[in-house]
Amino acid sequence: MLDIECAGAEVEETIKRIQSQKGVQGIIIVNAEGIPIKSTLDNSSTVQYAGNVHQLLMKARGMVRDIDPQNDLTFLRVRSKKNEIMIAPDKDYFLIVIQNPTE
Amino acid sequence: MTSKRPKSKEAHKIKGKDKKKENNFPTADEGASEPDHPDYIFPLVLTSATQELFGCRADEDLTGENPYKLLKKEDIVQDMKTRASVSDFSPIKQLVLDYPEEELLLVFDRDFTYGQSFYLVLTVEAKENILKPSVQGDDEEQINHEEEDEEMIIPKTPESRPWMSLGSEQEIEEESVTESRPRLRYKISPLLRRCGAPVCFSDRSALDGKEGFVECPSYQDKSFSIREMERHTAIQASSDTKHSSTQTLWKYPRNMWTQYESREFSPEEKEHHLQSENLKNFITSVLTRFEISLQQNHITDVFCDDWTALCEDDGALTGKTETQLKEYQSFMDLHFSKEKTISHIHWHPTISGVIAVAMTERLSLEERIDNSTKLLLNPSYILFWNFTDPINPQLQLECPDDVLCFQFCPSDPNIIAGGCMNGQVVLWDISAHVEKLQDTRSGGKNISNKLDKNNVTPVVRYCAVSGIENGHKAPITDIQWLPETFELSKLGIPVENPSRISVQLGTCAPDCCVLFWDLRPPRVVSQSLTDVKQKSEEKPLENPHGVPNTFKHLNLTWKPFIRVSLPKIGSSGEYSPLKFSLRDNTVDCPTGDKPPQNTDREEGCGFAQLRVPSAKQQKPLENISTKLYVGTEDGELVYTDWKIEKDNDSGRLLSSKPIHRLLVHDTLVNTVSRSPFFRDIILTVSSFSFAIWKEGVTSGPILRSACSKMLRTVGHWSLSRPAVFFIGKEDGSIEVWDLLQNSHEPSQSQNISSAAVTCISTSSISSKQHLLAVSDRLGTLHILQIPWTLRRSSNSERQIVKKYFEKEEERLEYFEKRQIQHEKEKKEMEAEQQRKKTEPVMPLKQEEELEAEALKEYEQFLALEKVILKNMGLLTETEDRSDL
Repeated sequence: MLDIECAGAEVEETIKRIQSQKGVQGIIIVNAEGIPIKSTLDNSSTVQYAGNVHQLLMKARGMVRDIDPQNDLTFLRVRSKKNEIMIAPDKDYFLIVIQNPTE
Repeated sequence: MTSKRPKSKEAHKIKGKDKKKENNFPTADEGASEPDHPDYIFPLVLTSATQELFGCRADEDLTGENPYKLLKKEDIVQDMKTRASVSDFSPIKQLVLDYPEEELLLVFDRDFTYGQSFYLVLTVEAKENILKPSVQGDDEEQINHEEEDEEMIIPKTPESRPWMSLGSEQEIEEESVTESRPRLRYKISPLLRRCGAPVCFSDRSALDGKEGFVECPSYQDKSFSIREMERHTAIQASSDTKHSSTQTLWKYPRNMWTQYESREFSPEEKEHHLQSENLKNFITSVLTRFEISLQQNHITDVFCDDWTALCEDDGALTGKTETQLKEYQSFMDLHFSKEKTISHIHWHPTISGVIAVAMTERLSLEERIDNSTKLLLNPSYILFWNFTDPINPQLQLECPDDVLCFQFCPSDPNIIAGGCMNGQVVLWDISAHVEKLQDTRSGGKNISNKLDKNNVTPVVRYCAVSGIENGHKAPITDIQWLPETFELSKLGIPVENPSRISVQLGTCAPDCCVLFWDLRPPRVVSQSLTDVKQKSEEKPLENPHGVPNTFKHLNLTWKPFIRVSLPKIGSSGEYSPLKFSLRDNTVDCPTGDKPPQNTDREEGCGFAQLRVPSAKQQKPLENISTKLYVGTEDGELVYTDWKIEKDNDSGRLLSSKPIHRLLVHDTLVNTVSRSPFFRDIILTVSSFSFAIWKEGVTSGPILRSACSKMLRTVGHWSLSRPAVFFIGKEDGSIEVWDLLQNSHEPSQSQNISSAAVTCISTSSISSKQHLLAVSDRLGTLHILQIPWTLRRSSNSERQIVKKYFEKEEERLEYFEKRQIQHEKEKKEMEAEQQRKKTEPVMPLKQEEELEAEALKEYEQFLALEKVILKNMGLLTETEDRSDL
């Protein structure tokens, strides 16, 4: 029981650590299918981000593996006019962080 | 001949019959149908003994495939002799003996075609036939069912057979033509006497007479019409086409919709995921990547193009070199401007190139009093100038007295409100003359036409004045329309203006009050409504002097509905305002919050029809500030609220006391103007200095200029650059102040005229042309072009200026703090001094005590030194003593 509680707390702590960086607007943890698990944004934005990022991630990963099947995607950064979206994929989950870098 | 035909047919038939008969003979496939065996076949039964004897055992020697056996005649005869009547061959004894050849054919008749299992072929011919060519024929004979199904047509060359007469030769003989007797010969010759006689030949036409010739025309003999039995015909195969059609079922279109929801986890599932070990590992592994990227972004913006960002600001310096205000045009009216000065300028809000100036007498107060009779005869005017005609003004507005300030109504440019020297508020309506103003603006050709006509400028009389006793008691120095977004209720609360027309205006005068006026007819009791209606019916169109009826309801009865008095803070008396400034005003931000012009709206749609709405219907607006700044005659800037409060004691409506007041200028304030870019930045100009204030900062002005030698008469913010403003001076020059360059001196100064500048106003005709209108004391209006450097603002200028003001504000705060601290320190110092004074005087003993104390300390020091040296092991006892 203790282990499980620690795990939950660690996740929280890590999220706080990322949140404390300058300019971070939101953090979303999504499962492999694109269903959000935890988010610091409101529900509608979360769902929107999760859905769109999932598709983009599949495409990017597909592209990387297509070029070299031994390779795999580790990190994706999308820079836009207003902010930057960083996505780290994994087998079961992904983590999305939105930052406003010019602040 | 005719008989030949049927013969041929019969011959055919006969031939066919013959063929059939002949065909019957060799083929054996019809053998099955005959129950009787033909003559040449003799079915017989062979016992097993006989079979063994002759080697023709059924199904062993002779099988279905090989049914033929040739038996020697001698053997058969021998068998017959040995076994006599018991022999199977006994019935055909004679036939066998008669058989010409040596060998007889025995055929195993498997299927009992002829009734027995064996048969003997009796004739040679048959044997030959069966054995040789039609071996297959025998197969057919035996296997009956096959013969009928298969058409085993064996191509046989027809064998020639002797012709059998069937009677056809007789017909031929009958038809043929033969000589029945020898031919007779006859010779015919004419009589001899005719021979040798002279003959005369003559011509005769063949056509003469009917006997000239014998005709043998062709005619159709029916006997010879041959019927074509054969005909050449071309045949083409074509596919069978069929026309067919089909139609789909028309289903009624129906609107359908679906709605989907994104998948979500339930809270338990989320919890479960959050607690999972998997997630924890993932996050810890991924964390460093994120931190690196986030920090990278924070350190530097890799996508920022420094080069392009750099060159933007440089453009201002390199390009244009002109910095001077160029004179564009100047207007001077010969008839009306003599001895007059311009008191106020206002650009026409919609028609570009039209500017209005108010002309007043150039006299001081004493001179006015002296010449009061003369002044009554010389009415004062507001003149409209158009750029196309620098000599003649377009329009003249007649005023009851000298107008010191006026303004066009922001929602309807045909209405002009002005404040007069006698304290009256005047309204003009120039709707009738607007086309003239617009025409002359566009057409230069019209000028030539005008020269022919009388050069009479139309004069428009004012259509309403306020009542003298109700208005100000001093010359109105400032008049402003309230913007159309809100209006004021009776208590001064800003409420929503449903009609979106500016209907209220504010005035101020040195008689210590600020008045608010409403253009609409006041609410009257229902009884008098009927009176009003009757009056309006009786005199519907009375229009003396050609004055439009727009403000008939206000004429001479106009009263302000709010009176804001300005009692002094901390002392008795009141402030005397000269200029005031509202936060949401239309003077300084002409292009500000105006809603888009409604061209469908009727112009001047009758202010008479508008009614002051009841207080209950009005919706108060929250975000309108009800505070205003007032510049007074004594050089103070007063910040007050115009809302009326009810005094609890007396029940009267009183205006609230001013919130604060700041004395910064030495003489009267002649300009209070808000920056068009920053609503809370105010510029105040007085004769020797000017100051910039920020609303809310009460400690002092953000910026205060040094005292100048030359009197400053007027100030005006630039419309396009947030950091620039213009100051007019007494010697007729204009100072351009650019806060980004210098805040202690003007960035440039230019002399415009020889007389003092009385008013400045800016207008932007187009993005390339910004004009500055400057009027001077001699009554000349100068129009100047603002150079590129002064009208083009860089992108970040607003930010920079804002930061500058904020910095100044911080400076003020810092000063305040320091001042407070300084005071505190001062107080403390004074307190200490006080304390010192009250303490008793110390005697000289103190000195002795001090010496004793010093000595003690020295001894202590020596002891300490000894101890330390001992500890360090440097001191020996001998030295110790020597030191002492």
